[in-house]
Amino acid sequence: MDSVTLARWQFGITTVYHFLFVPITIAMSMLVAVLQTMWVKTGKDAYLRLTKFFGKLFLINFALGVVTGIVQEFQFGMNWSEYSRFVGDVFGAPLALEALLAFFLESTFIGLWIFGWDKLPKKIHLLTIYAAAFGTMLSAIFILAANSWMQNPVGTTFNEATGRAEIAGVEGFLEVLANPILWVTFPHVIASAYMVAGGLIAAVAGWHLGKIRKDGEATPGDEKTYRFAVKFGAWVMLAASVATVISGDQQSRAMTEVQPMKMAAAEGLFNTTENAPFSILTIGNREGTEQVFAIEIPGLLSFMSGHETVKGINDLREEFKEDGFRRFDGSQTQLQQEFADQLAANYPDLDPMPNIPIAYWTFRLMMGFGFVGIGLSILTLWLVRKDKLPKPGLPWTVAMFAMPLLPLFGISFGWIFTEMGRQPWVVAGVLPTASGVSPTVSAGTVLFSLITFTLIYGGLAVLEVWLFLKYAKKGLPEVAPVEVQTDPDAPLTFAY
Amino acid sequence: MLTLLESTVAVPTLTWVWFLLVAVLWLGYFFLEGFDYGVAMLIPVLGKNEKDKRVIVNTIGPVWDGNEVWLLTAGGAMFAAFPGWYASLFSGLYVPLLLVLVGLILRGVAFEYRSKHPDTAYRTMLDWFATIGSFLPSLVFGVGFANFIIGLANDGLHFNGSFFGLFGPFALLGGVMLVVLFLVHGAAFIALKTKGHIHDNAESLGAKGAWLAAALVALFVICQNIFWPAKSEFGDFTVFAWIAGIVSILAILGAAIALNKGRDGWGFLGTGVSIVALFAGVFLKMYGNLGFAQDESIAVTERLNMISAASSPTTLTIMTWAAVIFVPIVIAYQSWSYWVFHKRISTKNIPDEVETAY
Ligand code: HDD
Ligand code: HEM
Ligand code: HEM
Repeated sequence: MDSVTLARWQFGITTVYHFLFVPITIAMSMLVAVLQTMWVKTGKDAYLRLTKFFGKLFLINFALGVVTGIVQEFQFGMNWSEYSRFVGDVFGAPLALEALLAFFLESTFIGLWIFGWDKLPKKIHLLTIYAAAFGTMLSAIFILAANSWMQNPVGTTFNEATGRAEIAGVEGFLEVLANPILWVTFPHVIASAYMVAGGLIAAVAGWHLGKIRKDGEATPGDEKTYRFAVKFGAWVMLAASVATVISGDQQSRAMTEVQPMKMAAAEGLFNTTENAPFSILTIGNREGTEQVFAIEIPGLLSFMSGHETVKGINDLREEFKEDGFRRFDGSQTQLQQEFADQLAANYPDLDPMPNIPIAYWTFRLMMGFGFVGIGLSILTLWLVRKDKLPKPGLPWTVAMFAMPLLPLFGISFGWIFTEMGRQPWVVAGVLPTASGVSPTVSAGTVLFSLITFTLIYGGLAVLEVWLFLKYAKKGLPEVAPVEVQTDPDAPLTFAY
Repeated sequence: MLTLLESTVAVPTLTWVWFLLVAVLWLGYFFLEGFDYGVAMLIPVLGKNEKDKRVIVNTIGPVWDGNEVWLLTAGGAMFAAFPGWYASLFSGLYVPLLLVLVGLILRGVAFEYRSKHPDTAYRTMLDWFATIGSFLPSLVFGVGFANFIIGLANDGLHFNGSFFGLFGPFALLGGVMLVVLFLVHGAAFIALKTKGHIHDNAESLGAKGAWLAAALVALFVICQNIFWPAKSEFGDFTVFAWIAGIVSILAILGAAIALNKGRDGWGFLGTGVSIVALFAGVFLKMYGNLGFAQDESIAVTERLNMISAASSPTTLTIMTWAAVIFVPIVIAYQSWSYWVFHKRISTKNIPDEVETAY
């Protein structure tokens, strides 16, 4: 394998891995803050127990989010040096702002929250978790601004003297922040994060309710508390699912506008079609130019893309050959336009289409997993209605595992779709992925680091899942009264 | 300042401002994570039993992650302000950076997960993760910055030296020096943050170590300023670099004396100032050339340096605003968090149960 392929594998593996933890962090921090607010407002132990229980699970997850994030930050320079050099002016800024505005906030206030139970007055302590939760959102905005720019490089000009992309003045920077892709992506990513976290809370509590039916309560009040948590989580998941589907629909439209190729590939639509159907299953011929078999829902694709007529793969290939990269309405961003000559000169035979089966299947898996997740949350709400307890056993356990995991996998497929669907570009319509890789780093070196990360990440996954399950099984903790400690020799409420 | 004006290369204001800011972020990182690394490297030395070890880890428990973000911000700032620097440096020093990343992963996990399971073997393993994970970045950055003083070989765009060429005698001195300096800085921090026998042991270890650190720092500073004076077409900073180096030596000597007399606060200040001054001297040497060798026979814009690697003025302006507003805010809330956890701790503060209710 060449270093481009290896660098892509490494980026894909490390990023998808990072993003297994991030959605849980984004949404759980806020949900734990809500539980803690309920405790501060009512003073009821039940809410404190829930806060500490899910707080601990959240932190086990958070640790891996942090350590895998560090790799991301440095990877651009290590593996994608020419990409970094070319886009740094535009792309580096959101990354630096993310560290300055978001990471400091998150990490400092999480520290205060973990260790501050007996050091800070209740309300101030509550504010620390909100600050951290707010930080995770900021983090998402900046990193998604960077990513959305790669999908739709607005506000940027090409400087021929330096051979680099540059922000087109302050207005250009505002355009990068106002990128329409960013503002459809952000709600979709956040909503899908809440699907996972809601599902996680419902699943852990739901599993315990099943156990209570078999073994009875460990502590009086457990059943009521878990029941509350199941409902809380499941309702969050349901609401988030609706938001995810609605924002997903918005995304389809926005994506069709800026990357018509991605939509055509996602659908395996070979010829431009009026009132295009959405297929549940399509099989193309070997050459990837024609479809041979399909099960379809009439008109749905046209609806999703927001256009009566959806451009097909074959026509888009033709269009690219003649005119270069074009958005749906035939326009180009400033950068796409200014860089077009360089591109045509250096990459005469570029195929503008991504890998079609991957785009097709990841798109469907994302949606499919999402819908099954929704179904499970409804089923769970039904099974715990009134004072019913679910029947413990394998089917229930499987359902409880699936409730958070399916949306989590849905997210992974969504990202693989987004990123691989952008290929062959690293910056859509401008920079081919292959030209972004570090020229001085040998394939052997990348292979070495790929293996290193994969082994370490594999080990960490085992460790994290084991700890997570251990604490999830242990159930609600006992809680002592919370007060500010003045005795200098008193034991800390929390110590590593 | 007069010397600055002697520069034969016109450097746009924002460009040197951003060099300064990147340097400040690195200095902040070395000052703060310096003691984190030292503390974690001292776990096997000062931690005789489980409770001791927990006291040591908990001195940095609430703050280590915030400290680490200084590194991330320094990296991000290099990316945004000097994409050419970020790209060439990080791809050029690929394997050393990989070691840093492996270290940072191991130690982050170690802190967060050690309290989650009571088994001794498990905890011992995680403590070694913390120790090794702190040793690696200390060593690599020591070796790395020594190489930046020498000047990395390059073809005007990319690093083209050999990996093994990075381990010359001066570079190795830099690595050893930084590890020792961080150990002493960490010992001073532990002394400042604890009571009882751990405090006493840390203090006396720090006092002894500081002499060794002083010797290494002195050797490093003298070699740096004699063999690689901070003088180039970007300006003559030789005097300032000497001053910074001497301040660094005096500060670490001061730390040795203070720790001997049981003045932990002054001791910690001394080690901290020593680190900051040392790297201030290093960055003076890197001014303009960014740690890459310069072939002065080629036009300055055709080489890899501060001029050719910088972002556009627009990006630098926007980033300046962000930095001016947010760096003080960050410093304010980080200081507050240090204040919240300012009390000294001892084994008495460590709960008996390993799996605390949290
Ligand atoms: C549980 C997760 C989940 C669920 C149920 C859905 N999505 Fe999604 N989707 C994501 C999680 C996700 C994601 C992982 O969060 C992505 C990846 C990048 C992004 O912006 O969000 C994504 C990307 C993404 C994109 C690509 C955007 C681009 O490439 O620019 C489109 C078009 C959709 N989604 C559309 C939908 C539709 C129409 C859905 C439902 C009917 C849907 N998604 C459900
Ligand atoms: C967190 C969610 C993300 C996931 C799961 C993800 C996943 C992926 C995957 C699977 C690839 C490989 C595609 C291929 O090579 O075929 C890729 C490529 C890439 N992504 Fe993302 N990505 C995510 C977010 C981002 C963000 C936020 C950025 C920018 C800030 C980004 C920048 C890149 C770059 C530079 C590549 C280039 C390498 C390549 O095209 O292979 N990604 N990503
Ligand atoms: C590929 C580009 C990415 C880079 C460079 C990156 C970088 C990082 C870094 C350095 C950290 C550790 C921060 C700390 O030490 O406190 C981190 C954590 C985090 N990242 Fe990423 N990340 C990427 C993708 C994403 C995406 C796409 C999102 C959100 C949509 C995201 C959201 C977060 C959040 C919320 C955290 C903090 C919580 C946690 O660690 O779990 N990241 N990231």
